[in-house]
Amino acid sequence: MTAMLSASGIIKNFPGVQALRDVSIEVRPNEVVGLIGENGAGKSTLMRVLAGSYRPDGGSLTLDGEQLRMRSPRDAARHGIGMVFQEQSLVLNLTVAENIYLGEEDRFTRFGIVNWRAMNAAARRQLAKIGIDIDVTARTSELTFAARQMVELAKALTLEEVVERQLLILLDEPTSVLNAADIEVLFARVRSLKSRASFVFVSHRLDEVLATSDRVYTMKDGAVVAEHRAADVTAPELHEIMVGRGLQAEYYREARQQAPRGTVMVEAKGLGANGAYHGVDLKIRAGEIVGIAGVVGSGREEVTRTIGGFLQHDAGEMKIAGDAVRFASPEPAVRRGIGYVPRERRLEGLVMFLSIAENISLADLSSVMRHGAIDYGKERRLAADWIKRLRIKAPGPDAACRKLSGGNQQKVVLARWMTAGSRILVLDHPTRGLDVGAKEEVYELVRDLSAQGVAILLISDTLEETIGLSHQVLVMRDGEITARFDASPGNKPNQVELLRAMV
Amino acid sequence: MTIHTEPLKSVSDIERTTLMTFLPGRIATMFGGRRWRSLAPLAVLVVLCLLIAIANPNFIELRNLVRLANSAAVPLTLAMGLTFIILMGSIDLSVEGTLSVSAMVVVLLAANDSNGNDYGWWAVLAAIVAGTAMGFVSGLVQTMLRIPSFMATLGMWFIGLGLSVYMLGGSAIRLNDASIRELALARFLGLPLAVWVATGAFLLAAVIQYHTKLGRHILAIGGDEDVAKLSGVNVVRVRVTAFALAGFFFGIAGVLAAAQLGQSHAVIGDGRLFAAVTAVVVGGTALTGGEGGVVNTLIGVLIVTVLANGMILLGISPYIQQTVQGLMIIAAVALSLDRVRLRIVK
Ligand SMILES: Nc1ncnc2c1ncn2[C@@H]1O[C@H](COP(=O)(O)OP(=O)(O)OP(=O)(O)O)[C@@H](O)[C@H]1O
Ligand SMILES: [Mg+2]
Repeated sequence: MTAMLSASGIIKNFPGVQALRDVSIEVRPNEVVGLIGENGAGKSTLMRVLAGSYRPDGGSLTLDGEQLRMRSPRDAARHGIGMVFQEQSLVLNLTVAENIYLGEEDRFTRFGIVNWRAMNAAARRQLAKIGIDIDVTARTSELTFAARQMVELAKALTLEEVVERQLLILLDEPTSVLNAADIEVLFARVRSLKSRASFVFVSHRLDEVLATSDRVYTMKDGAVVAEHRAADVTAPELHEIMVGRGLQAEYYREARQQAPRGTVMVEAKGLGANGAYHGVDLKIRAGEIVGIAGVVGSGREEVTRTIGGFLQHDAGEMKIAGDAVRFASPEPAVRRGIGYVPRERRLEGLVMFLSIAENISLADLSSVMRHGAIDYGKERRLAADWIKRLRIKAPGPDAACRKLSGGNQQKVVLARWMTAGSRILVLDHPTRGLDVGAKEEVYELVRDLSAQGVAILLISDTLEETIGLSHQVLVMRDGEITARFDASPGNKPNQVELLRAMV
Repeated sequence: MTIHTEPLKSVSDIERTTLMTFLPGRIATMFGGRRWRSLAPLAVLVVLCLLIAIANPNFIELRNLVRLANSAAVPLTLAMGLTFIILMGSIDLSVEGTLSVSAMVVVLLAANDSNGNDYGWWAVLAAIVAGTAMGFVSGLVQTMLRIPSFMATLGMWFIGLGLSVYMLGGSAIRLNDASIRELALARFLGLPLAVWVATGAFLLAAVIQYHTKLGRHILAIGGDEDVAKLSGVNVVRVRVTAFALAGFFFGIAGVLAAAQLGQSHAVIGDGRLFAAVTAVVVGGTALTGGEGGVVNTLIGVLIVTVLANGMILLGISPYIQQTVQGLMIIAAVALSLDRVRLRIVK
């Protein structure tokens, strides 16, 4: 089959980093192409080149056999190329319809006046086409993450109203903020839209990639190292190509799981907060990992936020190491030795203009102080150690965080909290956006911490991870705990049991 | 279907839909009560009027209401321009400088007691062009030299002020053109023409904000500039246009101020910046950008003007009046902003 879009010999340099070196890929009509690779491999950079937001330093693009030169995302749009970005890219204070047609208002404008009614109607039609039921006059900030993702997809698809040729839609980690059910919905849409558009999508979930795409490219260090038909390859094989070593049978390091024997570090009795959850009883011992499973809105996020000090409880009691507490802010929680690894890492976790070293030491400066002054050598050594351990792809400890790839930024935040010497750690989706190799490192680290007696509360994107890591799994639904499972090695509950209690 | 929206708890949906059919989307959203806070300024205005009317019934006399409208004319026109800038998340401090330049231009080009010019309404046009040009320059300085609007417009304020004081030779110059003075003196349906001009400015601003691409792009930039850029919004052009538009409104305000005073002098702009910012903020437009609009500002201007008028009626000392205005601006920000959601306070 002939290619619709082909990129050959693409090179992209950033100061000090060659993000893409001689990358060639092609996308055929009505095809879904998967793009995988470790954090920092250059996936987002390649997507941005294809979407016209970066200009390559070398190489060429052709579309339907014709040379393609793009200077902006607008140019790309004119050629039928649309992108959904890794970081969500909707303006939250605008309505859904306004977002879908942002930058395209001219189509609804006569004599300088925009016809909102026509725009809303068009947006409604567009959403109906992909089978989504969202109020187009709602403010985008009121939508769930999943709904926003659908709006972004709809926005990219509106190109078909103005472009004659088949569309190419680029999806950069569209699923990393979605839960399992919403991912299913998204991919069902992608499959049903295949007759009208081709897709390239980036994801760290190899199963998902294989199930959805026709072909898969694997990137490593700014180059494509493998190309497979999805039917011809398995997830473990891809894993090996990406990481350079086989998938360990013991992915979650269950053999290292030891029965907790320490004192109770976190105890909640009849805990409740403002309608978000109620009657929550839980106990976490030193060295114990407690996972909470539940769908969005089950209240599990709020429970973790209460322990982290971001949400005050208004019923029941919470004891930290035996003392009754009620946190009005995260600061007293930190003082009691609670570390919180936030989910919105880009927003809550990093000071983008500071270096990796400065970000890692931020929560616990005392660890790098000597005689009352910051010991820069020590700070950089600490950071260098983490860069090696978590395989953070960066020029060095002094690199500014804003220049790192999305997944590498997350690793920096993780490193900070794991270094802060917390006795209690709340892990809010700790592996979101991380590549498979880095995930293993995080699991290893979680086991280390547990062995050192740190009490850990975990909520995660996948049930598998929750079950694999935890000593005990709680299931929440509608703000209540509906089931408790012991999850000692050899006695792990299965996903079906959990799901039954979740929905 | 797992995809759903989570409308915030509030006014019943029926109420919302009936409102929706009468008002353009965004204004309906505002009054539809999705955020009860957006109704607070209107409530404050009503309560304020009631209290003052009870304390001194003269307040609701026709003569006083006309006076009130007249004194709202200049602040309203200024605040219209400023609203667009604040909606973008920027600030325009050049209000007083631009206003004084425009007032200086109109007085010096129309019949006056200092030189022999007598260009009539061409002088008005020139004054508005001068205001627009100053805004345009602010916009260019901000976007091309990449200087924060705070600094760029602070500079323009003093450039404008210096220029007009120099041109006026440090003294007050009288405006003798009778037809321009009519703006303040002549009445239509019982209200001075200046009030009608300000009303026109409001309508124009409302159309721009709620019905044009420019208005929407200003809002988008205030909401998230990076995303707006990615969506193909020409951010530089929108910013420069918005500053020029603000200058346009300041220019009109300058003409009105000169007409009302019948002269122009060095301190014609004094206190106008504070009044305009207060009005915008009291109306509920967020200083962080992206929230609010010219309808909010209309209410804000009325609150500020009614309060000032009321305090005069009640015989409160001018110094106390100033203090009250200062308190009001802080209280307004405290009430209108969802500060819990504001992650950082700078
Ligand atoms: N604006 C930038 N300035 C400097 N370096 C950059 C910039 N953007 C990306 N890089 C570097 O280019 C490389 C590739 O980054 P890219 O974002 O494409 O990775 P990725 O494959 O998308 O990773 P992830 O899975 O973490 O999202 C990284 O080493 C990153 O540090
Ligand atoms: Mg990326």
